[in-house]
Amino acid sequence: MQHPETGLVQLNRAGIRKGSQWLVRGVDLTVRPGEIVTLIGPNGSGKSTTAKLALGILKPTEGRADRRPGLKVGYVPQKLAIDWTLPLTVARFLRLTNPLSEAACREALAKTGAERLLRAEMRSLSGGELQRVMLARAIARHPDLLVLDEPVQGVDYSGEIAIYDLISDIRGTLGCGILMISHDLHVVMAQADQVICLNGHVCCRGTPSELSQNDSYHALFGTRGNAALAVYEHHHDHVHLPDGMVRHADGSICGDCAGEHHEHGHQKTPETGGLRDAG
Amino acid sequence: MLDDFFTRAMIAGIGVALVAGPLGCFIVWRRMAYFGDTLSHAALLGVALSLLLNVNTMVAVGGVSVILAALLILLRRRDTLSSDAILGLLSHSALALGLVCLAFMTWVRIDLLGLLFGDILSVTRLDIALIYMGGAVVLALLVLIWRRLFAATVSPDLAASEGLRPERTELVFILLTAIVIAISLKVIGALLITALLIIPAAAARRLSSSPEQMAVIAALAGAAAVAGGLYASLHYDTPSGPSIVVAAMALFLLSLVPGVQIVRRMLAPTQGDRS
Repeated sequence: MQHPETGLVQLNRAGIRKGSQWLVRGVDLTVRPGEIVTLIGPNGSGKSTTAKLALGILKPTEGRADRRPGLKVGYVPQKLAIDWTLPLTVARFLRLTNPLSEAACREALAKTGAERLLRAEMRSLSGGELQRVMLARAIARHPDLLVLDEPVQGVDYSGEIAIYDLISDIRGTLGCGILMISHDLHVVMAQADQVICLNGHVCCRGTPSELSQNDSYHALFGTRGNAALAVYEHHHDHVHLPDGMVRHADGSICGDCAGEHHEHGHQKTPETGGLRDAG
Repeated sequence: MLDDFFTRAMIAGIGVALVAGPLGCFIVWRRMAYFGDTLSHAALLGVALSLLLNVNTMVAVGGVSVILAALLILLRRRDTLSSDAILGLLSHSALALGLVCLAFMTWVRIDLLGLLFGDILSVTRLDIALIYMGGAVVLALLVLIWRRLFAATVSPDLAASEGLRPERTELVFILLTAIVIAISLKVIGALLITALLIIPAAAARRLSSSPEQMAVIAALAGAAAVAGGLYASLHYDTPSGPSIVVAAMALFLLSLVPGVQIVRRMLAPTQGDRS
């Protein structure tokens, strides 16, 4: 049923306008099964809006947003504003739209480290606990596509690592596509198959190592972006040159990179970068 | 039995309260109290129009409510004013328009105070029939959309991402609210309807551990407020509508007393997740 070539969700020059202002415009984006696509960008750059376009919560003013028919989505929104007066336990929240057995609830909560919260009131949760519960709810649905809008906000440091591990784990076990918004460049660079850098439009895109060569990326994230990338630089044992040749770590140049294909950097030239400048 | 005006008032009032309670819970959860106010003020415009155009009051009130809801959604999309400013604008414009319309119609003599504060003691058998039939329809529809409406209340974005249509459900909910306001106009009046929607729900909050429980308790609290308020108004010769609201407020204050909650915990040892 899963066609690797067709996306779970596909945005095609999608844009949305509110009043006279474009929130985001000209976004091309495809998430395929088993793929992690990450959106990065400054505050107000349209990351959450793009995620909502992909989910179908917002309709594009121009362009297209297509989802595979029957696509099952797990969504962790950026915020959840539940009124104080609403009596809602975590167990009930997990079952909001889909029937789940008690065991399934426990299992999902256990995965996100929130098992003890099953009977807790939603309004009594802390920010980090709420994130874990929302993630558990998204996973429990066994989604084809997981959309995570800053999934670790408010989560403590060790929990953060565990949750990111869980996310890449889910990609492996469920085989679902993941569209993630994150401010944590370290993690973005470590896990994403594709990074899209937004700033009202797609400012640059590519694999993490491709992005490291991109001027727009550096303009947006500066030295912090560099530091995040530096962590992964040592993975690069070869560089793809603009003419298609490969330069290995020892300085030798040959036609292709033999053996296992590691993360690698593309050497960028003005005409043929390893990435598309879509701005 | 229905010959007695007091009995008729009691039956009509309790009927309204039973419907208003569950609906009021959603108004409180969705933070739409001000919207309820706007709808009820617009109801007065509906009454004026019904007299002017010679159509049924319920139809006119319902029509005005729907137009108002549509206006609100449109204005919100245009993004010119904040939601509460738009509501304030619509609410008081509708109320003022209604009053001006009524003043123009010198040929009708209408009890304005009755419209604003209700005239429960003049309830007829036809009114009772309308209240119970309308109320039954509203409750049936509410049960039908309950799961979707509840999901949309917790998070419209989550509901939308999972294939529900929260906007459509919200529109149905607004319609139901408009119907309740139309049928309860005579019992409690345009200015106090929101109180009967919100206060019993607020009183039920501390006593309930699940949304369904809160809806039932709100309905019962509303009915108790109607009974208490009507008896008090008979005894102390106070206006009936406001007396009902005062009784509801007393119930709310009672729900804040710690002892009541202790009793509740004893009654419900297992904190519920029933769904």
